[in-house]
Amino acid sequence: MFHRSLCASALALLATGALAQPQLAEGESLAAEQTFSYNVIDEFVTLDPALIEVVDDNDVARQLFEGLMNQDATGQVVPGVATGYEVSEDGLTYTFALRPEAVWSDGTPVTAGDFVYAWRRVVDPATASPYSWFIGLAGVENADAIVAGEMAPDALGVAAPDDRTLVVTLTRPAPFFPQMTANANLFPVPRAAIEASGAEWTQPGNMISNGAYVLSERVPQERIVMTRNPLYWDDAGTTLDTVTALVINDENQAVTRWRDGELDKTAVVPAGQFPALKEELGDETVAVPNLCTYYYQFNMRPDATAALQDVRVREALSLAVDRGVIVNAILAGGQREAYGLTHWATAGWTPPQLPAEAMTQEERNARAQALMAEAGYGTGGEPLSLEIIFNTSESHQQIAVAVGQMWKQTLGIDTTLANQEWQTFLDTRKQGNFEIARAAWCADYNEASSFLDIATSNSEANDFRYVNPDFDALIDRALTVSDPLADYQAAEEMLARDVPIIPIYFYASNFLLNDAVRGWPMENAQQYWYAKDMWRVAEQ
Amino acid sequence: MLSFVIRRLLVAIPTMIVLVVVSYVLMFAAPGGPFNSEKPLPPAVMANVEARYGLDRPYVVQIATYVWNIVARWDFGPSFKYRDQTVSGLIAQGFPVTLTYGFWAFVVAVAAGVSLGVAAAVRQNSWLDYGAVGFAIGSSVLPNFVLAPILVLVFTLWLDWLPAGGWYGGEARYVVLPVIALATSYLAAIARITRSSMLEVLNSGFIRTARAKGLPMRLIVWRHALKPALLPVLSYLGPAFVAMITGSVVIDMFFSTGGIGQSFVNSALNRDYSVMMGVTILVGALTIAFNLVVDVLYAWIDPKIRY
Repeated sequence: MFHRSLCASALALLATGALAQPQLAEGESLAAEQTFSYNVIDEFVTLDPALIEVVDDNDVARQLFEGLMNQDATGQVVPGVATGYEVSEDGLTYTFALRPEAVWSDGTPVTAGDFVYAWRRVVDPATASPYSWFIGLAGVENADAIVAGEMAPDALGVAAPDDRTLVVTLTRPAPFFPQMTANANLFPVPRAAIEASGAEWTQPGNMISNGAYVLSERVPQERIVMTRNPLYWDDAGTTLDTVTALVINDENQAVTRWRDGELDKTAVVPAGQFPALKEELGDETVAVPNLCTYYYQFNMRPDATAALQDVRVREALSLAVDRGVIVNAILAGGQREAYGLTHWATAGWTPPQLPAEAMTQEERNARAQALMAEAGYGTGGEPLSLEIIFNTSESHQQIAVAVGQMWKQTLGIDTTLANQEWQTFLDTRKQGNFEIARAAWCADYNEASSFLDIATSNSEANDFRYVNPDFDALIDRALTVSDPLADYQAAEEMLARDVPIIPIYFYASNFLLNDAVRGWPMENAQQYWYAKDMWRVAEQ
Repeated sequence: MLSFVIRRLLVAIPTMIVLVVVSYVLMFAAPGGPFNSEKPLPPAVMANVEARYGLDRPYVVQIATYVWNIVARWDFGPSFKYRDQTVSGLIAQGFPVTLTYGFWAFVVAVAAGVSLGVAAAVRQNSWLDYGAVGFAIGSSVLPNFVLAPILVLVFTLWLDWLPAGGWYGGEARYVVLPVIALATSYLAAIARITRSSMLEVLNSGFIRTARAKGLPMRLIVWRHALKPALLPVLSYLGPAFVAMITGSVVIDMFFSTGGIGQSFVNSALNRDYSVMMGVTILVGALTIAFNLVVDVLYAWIDPKIRY
């Protein structure tokens, strides 16, 4: 009934016995002090895997805890606590085999029961996890009903027939499920420590963890220090001894402290500085894809601005946006022009040939003018003035100004810009009090549906209220077929025809990275990094 | 005097209650909430989270519970944003930090500001006076968010004497730059107020008399002029002291000191209701307390004042 489905690369790595031993070039040696320090911009929200929502917290949790599967430097799924898994032919049952040598930092073994406890805890309404929907998104049976309080947490589709076997039951096939187990919410948590310390269990001294590192210091608003866990099953394959995360709110100050040698990696490169720093520092200035898409959304509610209900107007506005200018002149940090919603670096994704993408900007402008004339607005037609709203930020402002100018020049459309404080902005968007609003979406897992899902009519993120039953049907079907690529491509084409949004650019992450630090997963699209797979070479 | 202090403390109670209620109402009047983000929570998840923090109950019940928990149990509740922290814990961590650099900045600002102001007034229209006035004006147009990067550029990147940021339990070398950056503008203001007030006192009748009877200038300044000249400075120092020890957003954000200065802004932007309230109450209580201290000091410095 079962067939092996571990990818070949993972098996090959297993055979060599270690995931990432330091690879040293001629004349290189390991540094005496195996440390790595990096900064985050905002204080860590929580280190409780059940509650974690944001990237920075996930990064720390990935060092302190280990889930069933990990990701390697290219984003491939590799064994973690589980040595592998089997999936049933209908794709609904996953059976994970847990490695016997995995233990908690207090020496007790990591069992399948720890995962069952952890996952039930995530969906338990009493835990009040803001990310409790993630297990439902993964398709685990009864997850959504438990979150809604309609079923007891022990009805969750996860079972531990013995200490070394974890069986997960899904309601629909989800080929990306093993990949999702590398997310913090699906990590095991230490039941005894949680029951002993309550909400305080994530403090140093109370926390028991099963990852390559343990939490040794935590000063709110200042820093987190993690040191090597000698009981970790692959401690022998780990090189870095200490990982320090510093909270530095000011992006420029982080660059200063990086120059001073205090930091090995900055959270970001401050907006606009990428070209100059690249010129100055070369390969230490890094740009990697980041699975987020920046777009403008039209208010598609039937009672909203009449002109925007005309698809010709929307398409003209989209075509007239010169993405090249935005990507190359304004952002200039490795971002790419977007004509669709799904980020180009998404796993298994091949974008369809969208008509707009194949044209030159002159052709796009010409077509935009023709469409707008047909609709009867702008130059030579009825005057049209539109408002773009965005949350207060210099780079959003720059883009909005540029787009406004492009529309004015190409189409004779006037725009007014309105910036709003973040929470006010979200509220305005949700209430539908806008004509055109800035938006961005980041993938929750590395698959096209994580992007396309937001345009389905029942998605919470669809506050532009695009309603197209054909689109919904496509996405629904894609979730059940073995190769959904064609459906996803059809969905992208449908979005390009209906133009509820103007995709503008695909994100890139920019940061400074000390070249003595090696093993950073540049090709991992989700930037899931593991300090245990990194090392530091001695400065020449 | 004692009855005055007691009376003032009694008035402080309704003042605090008004502060709490008004802040609470303003807070909920602001659009958005602590759990909104670009990825909206599904309704069932939002309901669970709101229930966890009691946000599903009527406002009146929420505010009554909030006040009751503080009065009865000195419990300011958990942070809505930082799930591993309580408000008391965040303040207990951040307030000592701002208290440390704020206190030293206060000492530096008062000592240097008063000396500079007095010296400038005594040597009016000399190079010293012009220098002091120039410095005072220069510092007030050079805000700390400009001064701080300059200090880091000079002392960290060029001279390599001091670290660019961090706190590390308040080790001296981490405290120096925040203190200078915070103290400078206050120092300038104190120098300006001291100078003008000193000039006024030095031109008054009783000083002329003292001069006429042949007292040396040093004694005139120390014994007769300084005390009355400091009265306007003192009324500036009360609120200034509170502002300094409760920290500065700029200092905390720029030097990553981890003080509560940044909590003012961050908690408001995050709609972290409980932290916002906790910080507001802290600053409110300190303001009331130090205004009282200033009033008591007034009576001590100026015998004409009676309560």
